[in-house]
Amino acid sequence: MPTVTVDGVEIEVPAGVTALQACEMAGVEIPRFCYHERLSVAGNCRMCLVEVSPGPPKPAASCALPVADGMEIKTDTEMVKKARNGVMEFLLINHPLDCPICDQGGECDLQDQAMAYGRDGSRFEEHKRAVKDKHMGPLVKTIMTRCIHCTRCVRFATEIAGVPELGLLGRGEHAEITTYLEKSLDSELSANVIDLCPVGALTSKPYAFVSRPWELSKTESIDVLDAVGAAIRVDARQTEVLRVLPRLNEDVNEEWLGDKSRYACDALSRQRLDRPYVRRDGKLAEASWDEAFAAIAEKMKGLDGSRIAAIAGDLCDAESMFSLKGLMDSVGSPNLDCRQDGAKLPTGTRAGYLMNTTIAGLETADAVLLVGTNPRWEAPLVNTRLRKAWLQGGAAIAAVGPQIDLTYPCDNLGAGPDTLKAIADGSHPFAETLKGAERPVVIVGMGALAREDGDAVLASARALADNCNVVRDGWNGFNVLHTAAARVGGLDLGFVPGEGGCDVAGIVSGAAAGDIELVYLLGADEIDTSGLGDAFVVYQGHHGDAGAHRADVILPGAAYTEKNGTYVNTEGRVQLGRQAVQPPGDAREDWSIIRALSGVLGAKLDYVTLGDVRAALSAANPVFDQVDQVQPASWDAFGAAGEMDAAPFESPVANYYMTDPISRASETMAECTREFVSGNGERTGTDG
Amino acid sequence: MSDAFAFNETYRARAETIVARYPEGRQQSAVIPLLDLAQRQAGGWLPTEALEHVASYLDMPKIRVLEVASFYSMFNLEPVGKNFVQLCRTTPCWLRGSDDLRAVAKDVTGCGLGETSDDGTFTVVEVECLGACCNAPMVQINDEYYEDLTADSFKAVLEALKRGETPKPGSQAGRAGSEPTGDRATLTGAGEGE
Repeated sequence: MPTVTVDGVEIEVPAGVTALQACEMAGVEIPRFCYHERLSVAGNCRMCLVEVSPGPPKPAASCALPVADGMEIKTDTEMVKKARNGVMEFLLINHPLDCPICDQGGECDLQDQAMAYGRDGSRFEEHKRAVKDKHMGPLVKTIMTRCIHCTRCVRFATEIAGVPELGLLGRGEHAEITTYLEKSLDSELSANVIDLCPVGALTSKPYAFVSRPWELSKTESIDVLDAVGAAIRVDARQTEVLRVLPRLNEDVNEEWLGDKSRYACDALSRQRLDRPYVRRDGKLAEASWDEAFAAIAEKMKGLDGSRIAAIAGDLCDAESMFSLKGLMDSVGSPNLDCRQDGAKLPTGTRAGYLMNTTIAGLETADAVLLVGTNPRWEAPLVNTRLRKAWLQGGAAIAAVGPQIDLTYPCDNLGAGPDTLKAIADGSHPFAETLKGAERPVVIVGMGALAREDGDAVLASARALADNCNVVRDGWNGFNVLHTAAARVGGLDLGFVPGEGGCDVAGIVSGAAAGDIELVYLLGADEIDTSGLGDAFVVYQGHHGDAGAHRADVILPGAAYTEKNGTYVNTEGRVQLGRQAVQPPGDAREDWSIIRALSGVLGAKLDYVTLGDVRAALSAANPVFDQVDQVQPASWDAFGAAGEMDAAPFESPVANYYMTDPISRASETMAECTREFVSGNGERTGTDG
Repeated sequence: MSDAFAFNETYRARAETIVARYPEGRQQSAVIPLLDLAQRQAGGWLPTEALEHVASYLDMPKIRVLEVASFYSMFNLEPVGKNFVQLCRTTPCWLRGSDDLRAVAKDVTGCGLGETSDDGTFTVVEVECLGACCNAPMVQINDEYYEDLTADSFKAVLEALKRGETPKPGSQAGRAGSEPTGDRATLTGAGEGE
């Protein structure tokens, strides 16, 4: 370990770090624009200049300078100050001084650092250059005159997102950042370049001129629009969520966020259910909470528990599901399920429905088999980890299922269960690859499990894992990739059919046949709501989607930004989402709605506060006590061997931008769908 | 789109030779010579189809090829005339009268800087030092250098080109290489240099 001196303080640093990193370890801040710890080193902004001895008597770019033993780094000398002032003055030669009308104002690296290194006036009297703005798609707004050519966006697109479409054209004074032929940046992670841009060249299009950062209240929460559970910050002004940004969580999302999770938030003020409704004479009419509860109570009166059913949707918090399960228990109904898509996930063995390797663990894998999944659309942040495994470790990645461009080479071995079986019994050569790997990984998606023969597919995947030695001492390479944020929580708290109860398919067919008379949909919109026959449908949720249209009573709930809730992500990590704004109108936190209803039904649940619910939840499954942690699950039996249908696996996500009631109501997501999915990306002159 | 352009047999053979110079997996190193081949085949400039052909030939992202092509001034991204006239304007040529040459070019071809004549015979551009300062002022026309130019001799060169002839490249003042004009001034007698 080399020892270096930073401003007179001696510290020991790991070999191979750069002078900039050494300074950070010593607690000295180095200004920078192009350097970013997750991207390759470019060394082109020159802002991080320091004085180094031994070495030539001139400032050195610390971001690109590896430390050597005995190196003395000075960051506070007159030379350093003067050099940085000079760099800043050059950067500002062509950068417009338009901070008052720039969206980056208030959260701009250049603005901040100009406070420390800038002059009070400009000495530049010539013409500034002007650069034409570029089209980069529906999310990224460009004001390219402000660009300082740090190339962070280019490196992000090339290295992290894996879509090498951004580049720096021309040279010197004429250099310009653009996408190839000004096409939209076709990536699910495209908006991360907005966070990376240290100036106001790339800003958020949907959020353009909406607010200043200091007007926003910032709430740290958890994303629920996929099963990754990315750490987010919800920025709101009064009652409205204006934007969602990623937070740092090395174990989950690093510092990235998918475009859907970031931009579906405009839907939080659209198509909201903000008061109870009761269907009267075939039409939904506004009602009070008492009327809505009374309508449910009347229907429920004397109804046998077996004729009642509940389905939990994909965005539910654990507390509301737990409350609903409590209610179903007390009315004696065994018919409840949280697997809307009919995925044949095991109910007992936790290892059978978790991403056991953990998300961060995936990047160390050296052989990966994807079964019936498209991680790029189902969980873009899992896909970046797989890309990293390929990029840094040269992992061999293969897929059984749909053939998709995943941004890294992926060998398509076959389309369906036949191939899976061949790998499981060792007759396919990839079995040897998995056996020979040090850290093999199998990822089973909902495309493989959400089908009639899902049990058998799961058993086959389990057999594959056992035969190929994917689960070994200190390494569990068996993973299930979920698409719903609520799913693992639902399974953990047992929101599954009880003794003799129906699953989702059973509930729907039971309702169609008239055996089930009341169906309680807790944010469940992905089921076939038209097939519920004459059943009385209660819909509790926040958006007017499929479930609400079919409902006889609507109970307005809170969206994920409007309640404190517990979510368990695909790796089994329990995380707490926090309330950023109040639910609109008469809408209430979901668990409290169920508790209030339980009182009206005479089956009162015995908790008063959210804390009580959480205590009961932890008592029911101690997993919920371990917030922010992943509990390794033991490798017990799951799956039921059987005949598999030869039909190919298909990803359940047909459109990344619209997967749930929130993103379906989002205008921004609709525009992304038009641009990237429907294939109408070509713009004409009349598009405006 | 990339179907519209493909290396012809000659250029493909040369491309293969060039790519073979680089280690396996490093074939992208050949991007500059291949762009040059493509530019020659496409008639002095690089249409998008040619760029994309090079990109697919070397298995690299199109934007990376465009970055290279746009960085170097030797690659033209817009169509150019049959005679691509590059006037050197850097200090030695400028001191020796490159401004006059620019006026002559305008007179004879009708092209200002950066313009192409209507009949497609000439494109005139200004460039930085081409490294023939001993023979200033000079211009490069396609692959040839024309040196020691005066307004008259440059006019003769351009007019010959206009007639479809190929004027003799090199010094237009009769010099061979960059030897001194007039008689030798050094090493003329015994004992010199002692």
